[in-house]
Amino acid sequence: MKKYIVGILMLLPFLSFSQQELKGMIMDKTNPKDNLGVFGANVYWLNTTVGATTDEKGWFKIPYKSSYKKLVVSFIGYKTDTINITSLKPIHHFITDQSTLDEVSVSVKKKATQKSFLQTTNVFTVNSDELLKAACCNLAESFETNPSIDVNFSDALTGTKQIQMLGLKSPYLLISQENIPSIRGAAQVFGLTFTPGTWVESIQITKGAGSVINGFESISGQINAELVKPLTDNKLFVNAYGSLGGRLELNTHFNQKVSNKWSTGLYVHGNYRGEKFDRNNDNFLDNPLAEQINIMNRWQYIDAEKGWVSFINFRYMDDAKQTGEIDFNPLTDKGTTNAWGSEIKTKRFDTSLKLGYVFPELPFQSFGFQLAYSNHKQDSYFGLRDYNIKHQSVYSNLLFNSIIGDTRNKFTTGINFTYDVYDELVNITDYSRKENSFGGFFEYAFDNLDDFSFTAGLRLDTHNLLGTFVTPRFHMRYAPWEKGVFRASIGQGRKAANIFAENQQLFASSRQIDVQSTGGKIYGLDPEVAWNYGVSYLQGFNLFDKKGDITLDFYRTDFQNQVVVDWENPQEIAFYNLEGESYANSFQAEVNYNIAKYFNMRLAYKYYDIETDYQSGKAIKPLTPNHRFFANVSYETIKDEEIEGHWKFDLTYNLIGEQRLPNTSTNPIQYQLSEYSNSYSLLNAQVTKVFSNKFEVYVGGENLTNYKQENPILANDDPFGANFDTTIVYAPIFGQMFYGGLRFKIN
Amino acid sequence: MKKILVIASLFFFGIVANAQKKNAKVSLEVDGICGMCKKRIETAALKTKGVKFASWNVKTHKLSLILDERKTSVENVQKSVAAVGHDSKGFIATDEAYDSVHPCCKYRDEEIIENHAGELKKQKKK
Repeated sequence: MKKYIVGILMLLPFLSFSQQELKGMIMDKTNPKDNLGVFGANVYWLNTTVGATTDEKGWFKIPYKSSYKKLVVSFIGYKTDTINITSLKPIHHFITDQSTLDEVSVSVKKKATQKSFLQTTNVFTVNSDELLKAACCNLAESFETNPSIDVNFSDALTGTKQIQMLGLKSPYLLISQENIPSIRGAAQVFGLTFTPGTWVESIQITKGAGSVINGFESISGQINAELVKPLTDNKLFVNAYGSLGGRLELNTHFNQKVSNKWSTGLYVHGNYRGEKFDRNNDNFLDNPLAEQINIMNRWQYIDAEKGWVSFINFRYMDDAKQTGEIDFNPLTDKGTTNAWGSEIKTKRFDTSLKLGYVFPELPFQSFGFQLAYSNHKQDSYFGLRDYNIKHQSVYSNLLFNSIIGDTRNKFTTGINFTYDVYDELVNITDYSRKENSFGGFFEYAFDNLDDFSFTAGLRLDTHNLLGTFVTPRFHMRYAPWEKGVFRASIGQGRKAANIFAENQQLFASSRQIDVQSTGGKIYGLDPEVAWNYGVSYLQGFNLFDKKGDITLDFYRTDFQNQVVVDWENPQEIAFYNLEGESYANSFQAEVNYNIAKYFNMRLAYKYYDIETDYQSGKAIKPLTPNHRFFANVSYETIKDEEIEGHWKFDLTYNLIGEQRLPNTSTNPIQYQLSEYSNSYSLLNAQVTKVFSNKFEVYVGGENLTNYKQENPILANDDPFGANFDTTIVYAPIFGQMFYGGLRFKIN
Repeated sequence: MKKILVIASLFFFGIVANAQKKNAKVSLEVDGICGMCKKRIETAALKTKGVKFASWNVKTHKLSLILDERKTSVENVQKSVAAVGHDSKGFIATDEAYDSVHPCCKYRDEEIIENHAGELKKQKKK
């Protein structure tokens, strides 16, 4: 025994002499735009007093001994991470924003959806945990567990899901990928389905007016999707998915560090549905036959010493859908009245470059530059109607961030340039046009570091078809007491309506197209302009020693001018500029509560009041429920410190209130619908078995109560007649759908 | 030759003494104990005219600053920090100021230091 003690004592000096050091860099995950290191973060070895602090570039050096295995990284306002250290290789680690002001909080599992107590805008972040709650095939479906966003079907044929926020469809939302506006123009209806779910790292949803930085187009909100990044994504990831609805999917990710500064990732997605289903016996396919190949290659560059960071992306997608009558054969029946059918073929190429520079000496000052090009080509026909559109788009922006005096006063200023070329052919009418805009913006943000902050932004844009105009936006946050945050926002947005691209479902009907030109510059119509005002209140609470929060918000969108889409005459669809008023009021109450460890609940109620002055009189917006109730519970059987072999359960319930249906009273009696739809419930569930941190398997079911809309296609017995209509869809068509899949990853 | 060197070096020193940097980086030790202290210290530092950036580290007690030397000096920052109750070298907070900090932040109190250490341990265990 004595011998041992002597031995150990002899060793001690050696240990203290062997001056090994671990080096590493700590970066901010929530701020990938300028992920150049966090100044002043703490790192220390678990259960020791050996620690260090990161310098202004985010680098640290810490004494290393082989007995040190776990390195703890902590920074106020961020989640504390513990990293396993196995070698002296320099580490790069991203820390994530905790978004709450909890002081020395005993670290808890981070919520999958985080509401921020600190942000000035009403923004919440959906991270990958939440996205896994319902195995979503693509971005459009990734909002199923989110009460703020409604996911509706666009039509009875294509199975496309469309999202709405504050009661307004996606054209009124600015949807961006990594802060580059992406779902625009021709991509409006199907664009969200062209981003595979596994590519999404997190989603930031901003309610109400957005920031002026990303342009003038957002009216009711902004959705930004951050994609997985080569440096932080798994080295290898494989996801296979199959559903009893006949859909098969395969996703593979490969990520590789090429050098100290460069990393690259290759992401390949394919999906296929070759089986024909007609469960409701209306002689039409319930889901389209589809195939898609989608490939993305990303390059990420980080040079922390000099302060540069960059992303270069390339992406190519080829998607084909076929829908219509069961017996439709495109080879023999296209362009004839043998059978009604439709094919939609889309090819899209995107490339983008992002460049960020943070002044090494001034951590609060940075430059950002973005340049993106996309080429979107859709060739399609719906029965005897052709619709072809090619949209080429260039987007660029240059911005500069700095401070006025000290870091309580920040500003962002910069310029944008956009250029869009549309070649659009509706049957034989050519609607081709070119659009370009150039604008500058300035945004000032004040934060008193305590209970009050505001952001005021202004843009000036000049657009060849919309003219020259100013866009103001203002947000404020006030925290009157602990865990209570009051927010308000006001802002204006405007856009040119792409009437055909945004309402493509009209082609799959016998409705005549009536564009009532008023001499405007886009389809003869004037641009849409709206103000959005909102207030929101968030209160965190502790009940029975468990955390929860409650949010109340009210938003109003007021159109000063709108391109009204009028479905009220079943024989036609009319587009005309608003005469009178059009508004959308939305109220939402949401409660999140952690019932027990790893057992979370979310309840929400939403009320919409949306009315427009149509030419036939004032009416409620069709196909929008006035009331919606939402509930989601999730439970995990995770054990502390142990990831092996646990289960995850998720259940989502939606009660969708009655919806006004477009007027069909002038149709023959057999083709008439009631004035309002019935209310109905939807139930989705998913079970995941995590075998290890490398492998998991999931099974789930959508629409378990098997609710189906009766008669989703009017005049399905006479598709070439005058009453054929596939556009009035308020509920699922397919009924129950079960799926399963697996995920395999190697870090 | 010697003379020239002396003059040159004096001249050089003069420049160094007068070089008042617009964005000088400084760090100093400020006593405190927790995240609440961090907020208090950083806010006090930032509210000092001429200070552009402040970050205080809970673990190392190091306050990193970027300041405009033409408008302020480290001593001014130390004064503001002492005024809200936090000691730094040569600037000890008055009892009055020290008493104004939240009871959990009494960094001069051994017992409270122990408590925080305990919390840190708890954090690590999780």
